[in-house]
Amino acid sequence: MKKMSFVTPYWQVVGAVLWKDLRAELRGRELVTSMLLFATISVLIFSFALELDAQAQSETVGGVLWVTVAYAGTLGLGRSLAAEKDKGSLDALLIAPVTRSAIFFGKMLGNFIFTLMVAFVMTFLLTILFNINLFLPILWIVLLLGCLGFASTGTMVASMSVYARARETLLPIMLLPILLPVIISSTRASIAIITDLKVEDWLPWLQLLVFVDGVFIVMAYLLYGYIVEE
Amino acid sequence: MAVSEQRENLLSGVALTSSYSVSRQRLLKGMTYLSIILSGLALLMIFAYARPETIQGNAQKLFYVHLGAFFGAFVLFGAAVVAGIQYLRLRQNRWDILGYAAIEVGLIFSLVNIVTGAIWARPIWGTWWTWDPRLTTITIMWLTYAAYMMLRAGIEDPERRKRFAAVYAILAFTSVLLTVIIIRVRPDTIHPVAAGPSLASDSAEGEFDMAPRVVQTLLFSIFVSIFLAITLTWHRIRLENRAEQIEARKAALLTKEI
Repeated sequence: MKKMSFVTPYWQVVGAVLWKDLRAELRGRELVTSMLLFATISVLIFSFALELDAQAQSETVGGVLWVTVAYAGTLGLGRSLAAEKDKGSLDALLIAPVTRSAIFFGKMLGNFIFTLMVAFVMTFLLTILFNINLFLPILWIVLLLGCLGFASTGTMVASMSVYARARETLLPIMLLPILLPVIISSTRASIAIITDLKVEDWLPWLQLLVFVDGVFIVMAYLLYGYIVEE
Repeated sequence: MAVSEQRENLLSGVALTSSYSVSRQRLLKGMTYLSIILSGLALLMIFAYARPETIQGNAQKLFYVHLGAFFGAFVLFGAAVVAGIQYLRLRQNRWDILGYAAIEVGLIFSLVNIVTGAIWARPIWGTWWTWDPRLTTITIMWLTYAAYMMLRAGIEDPERRKRFAAVYAILAFTSVLLTVIIIRVRPDTIHPVAAGPSLASDSAEGEFDMAPRVVQTLLFSIFVSIFLAITLTWHRIRLENRAEQIEARKAALLTKEI
């Protein structure tokens, strides 16, 4: 009988690409540091701009969390793909005789982990600054799913915008409207969970989020090969 | 040797794109006149055939244009998806031009849809704009396709531009689907649903009776709008072909000088 193993050659490639990104990040600490700094500054601006009472704060903090994560994540995606292209590492990856979608999933998982790290630190920061407890296990599921949807579409769109002339401005213009279903459903689910609403208030948003994530990951899987053709 | 070969290629390119056969030109001309006549007929039907609605009065007449424009945009954005898939499969230039033309005309149609909606909402809802789920998603849809134009403008290499544009046109259609679905799944929208099931029929404001004359006029306006959309897109395709032809001729002339 053949030994079953989850580590097929496909997932080995995914793991190798992911490991490369993680190792580069561990050595340089460029990406997560700049994302975190940017996110912290955004949160500070929000807390000055929205001087709210306790009730209004608990309804706003979910929105602040996701706006911050989306903007910081966009910043990170731009840097991640720009480094890949400018230093010629993308060309090297494409020369390798491996499936293109494996490269995509490696990159996607890297971006997913970085975005998730930022989102996690933000919940900590918002808990302190807004005095609202964000350490809720269900909220972590929303964070996980929201960041997954963000990373899948984000990696694909950033792989296109990186070739454009004004890539720093083009990426948010292209990415944020496409990502809106992810941002809306994560925000609504988070707000419902933070304000302690009943299960039937946040579960539909969570289901929508799972559905949207599925659609985006499948689309990215099908279309990525056409983006990195040459 | 190399130069003459290049010139040969260019001239053959000219020959390929330049000929718009007489019958096709006539067909396009006929469609243009027909769409003018049909638009006039639709206006006549809206103002003379369909009776004014009892509560909304003449404001309801905007609805024919509003829904027609959305269907026009929907057909064009759908055509852009087909064109995108076909371009990625076959790599023929004409599919790229179709996608580009369809989205450019589709942007105008969805803008007409948004503007007529705002003008209708002023007397019926008492506001030009409200952050209703439907209004939000259509705005996002418009912005997504505006981003498509930015993407095309931003990438210099023509082959890559066409490829990315095809991918993005497919991706962008999710925003169209979201716009179509949202009023049927969100219970808190005030936007009326013209056809099909909806959770929000209690909260919708501005619904009206679908009398037979209203339905006939509506179907005719939708047909006219789609016809107009196709005609305009063809004109846009022809314009794009002409522009490429001129570029090719210019290039051919320059190599001749050498």
